Amino acid sequence: MGKGLSTLRRSSLWQKLKWPTLGKGTERSQALWAYTFLSLSVLGLFIFTILPIIAAFGLSFVNWTLLSPPKWAGLSNFQRLLNDKYFWNALKNTFYYVIGVMPGIAISLLLAVILNQKLRFTTLYRTLYYLPTITMWTAIALVWRWLYSPQYGLVNWALGLIGIHGPAWLSDPHWAMPAQIFTSWWKGAGYNMVILLAGLQGIPQIYYEAASIDGANWWQRFRHVTLPLLTPTIYFVVVMTFIGSFGVFAQIYIMTEGGPGQATTTIIYYLYNNAFKYFEIGYADVLAIAFFVIVFTFTVIQTQLQKRWVHYT
Amino acid sequence: MSARVKDPYQRVSQALNRTLLHLILVGGAVTMVMPFVWMLSSSLKTNLEVFHIPPTFIPTVPQWHNYVDIFKVVPYGRWFLNSVIIAVTQTVLYLFVASLAGFTFARMRFPGREAIFTLYLATLMVPGQVTLIPKFLLMKQLHLINTYAAVILPGIFNAYGVFLLRQFLMTLPDSLEEAAILDGASYFRIYWNIILPLAGPALATLGLFGFMGAWNDFLWPLIVINSDHMKPLSVGLASFHGLYETNWPYLMAASTVALVPIILIFTAAQKYFVQGIALTGLKEG
Repeated sequence: MGKGLSTLRRSSLWQKLKWPTLGKGTERSQALWAYTFLSLSVLGLFIFTILPIIAAFGLSFVNWTLLSPPKWAGLSNFQRLLNDKYFWNALKNTFYYVIGVMPGIAISLLLAVILNQKLRFTTLYRTLYYLPTITMWTAIALVWRWLYSPQYGLVNWALGLIGIHGPAWLSDPHWAMPAQIFTSWWKGAGYNMVILLAGLQGIPQIYYEAASIDGANWWQRFRHVTLPLLTPTIYFVVVMTFIGSFGVFAQIYIMTEGGPGQATTTIIYYLYNNAFKYFEIGYADVLAIAFFVIVFTFTVIQTQLQKRWVHYT
Repeated sequence: MSARVKDPYQRVSQALNRTLLHLILVGGAVTMVMPFVWMLSSSLKTNLEVFHIPPTFIPTVPQWHNYVDIFKVVPYGRWFLNSVIIAVTQTVLYLFVASLAGFTFARMRFPGREAIFTLYLATLMVPGQVTLIPKFLLMKQLHLINTYAAVILPGIFNAYGVFLLRQFLMTLPDSLEEAAILDGASYFRIYWNIILPLAGPALATLGLFGFMGAWNDFLWPLIVINSDHMKPLSVGLASFHGLYETNWPYLMAASTVALVPIILIFTAAQKYFVQGIALTGLKEG
């Protein structure tokens, strides 16, 4: 009892009640504790994120090979970027890849719509579709490199069964990128499917009932109920897929090493080579800035465009 | 629905529809699973049978020793251990740092709270690839290249976890702390004994995705680790590929072993995975 009373006396609530002037003190003590708790996180964020962001902008103005001290380069790295045909090629390849990955969202949507029906084994299907999503890119890229093997791979063997003579895939400059894109469809389908499925389950059943009473068939229900109400989720999936695929690296590194020739060299792969193979720190950093500017611009454009096609209820 | 359907014609057409949908789903499932089957099958073949046309799906004599060999021809055990150490340490520290900061933002009042939190959110708009080079230079400056610390440190302070846990903790009722404050509990005890246990589901989801991200991460460890015995599995596999480019049985066995831990965790905790992405669009990393 006595202990309880003294605890009560010491508590901030009691002090607030009894001595209003001390309220300031407890507020101050709360603030001090808050700063103490945050200090580790803020320090880490500053050292490993904020400082590097600032440095990323600064480094784009220097020439540095890590062997000699950095030299001021002004805007020469940016000039070099604009005249670098390998950069433009990498940019073209990255857009090719990103645009190619987008239709995969339609596959995810189809699967999500089917799994949203009252069918048997939906949990099993969901698990199987989701499996590629959780796996390590390095291992998966090795598996696909083997699947795409021109003579001994499973893909060309399967095509051969239906009378198609498959191309050399990863070693053919025209087919290497489509092969990369298909692998990304395979790996990403389950992730987008689960998000879209959650979106579908959020659509109130009453809309479908109303549409059915009005005599709408399944396509009309999909077109005029499901699709409009799902646009916020689709928008989210499109933006996330865009940002994610623009930074594609691991699968390129393992499956095609940017080749054949430069056919699958994407921005981040080109950045990696410049920074960690040629040690052109300044120039590689300009590529990072370009990457940021492009991703940022497209995200802004997409947030503007969404006003025209995304319906919020 | 189907209970109300009496017309036999409708019943047949419904059954047909259902069959069609199942056919699509089975087709999809086969496509999703086939690469894994091929990986497993190849991993158990001899380096001769693996090139056999037409391919044998079930190896004539399963070469189980492939799974032993990979630990001998490369430091596969060490890579595996490195991955475990990196992923576990990073996940534990990430959860601690993120939950303490999330708790502070969600449950405490102090001047500058909104401003500091906005700064956290702002960092989320910059993709990790942008800061790759400065972070590498920082690690080099700190003489941390080829250490676990270099791989682990940046991931711990990812603002996403702070954001997610703040959102979650804000939904808990205010009355929770009141009794504790009356008892004179310190803020750290409120965080540790009251709030943290209630954050279980959110922590589990974040922890799973954190672990998966750390286990699967490739680009960052590729940059800060060059010495063979410090490599995590993802980077080790890439160099294994460089050394044994056409030894598909070895490469497929190594890939299988690299995938097993995540697949096991996924099957055990599938609920949290599905919850996680469905609610927040959480992705590894």
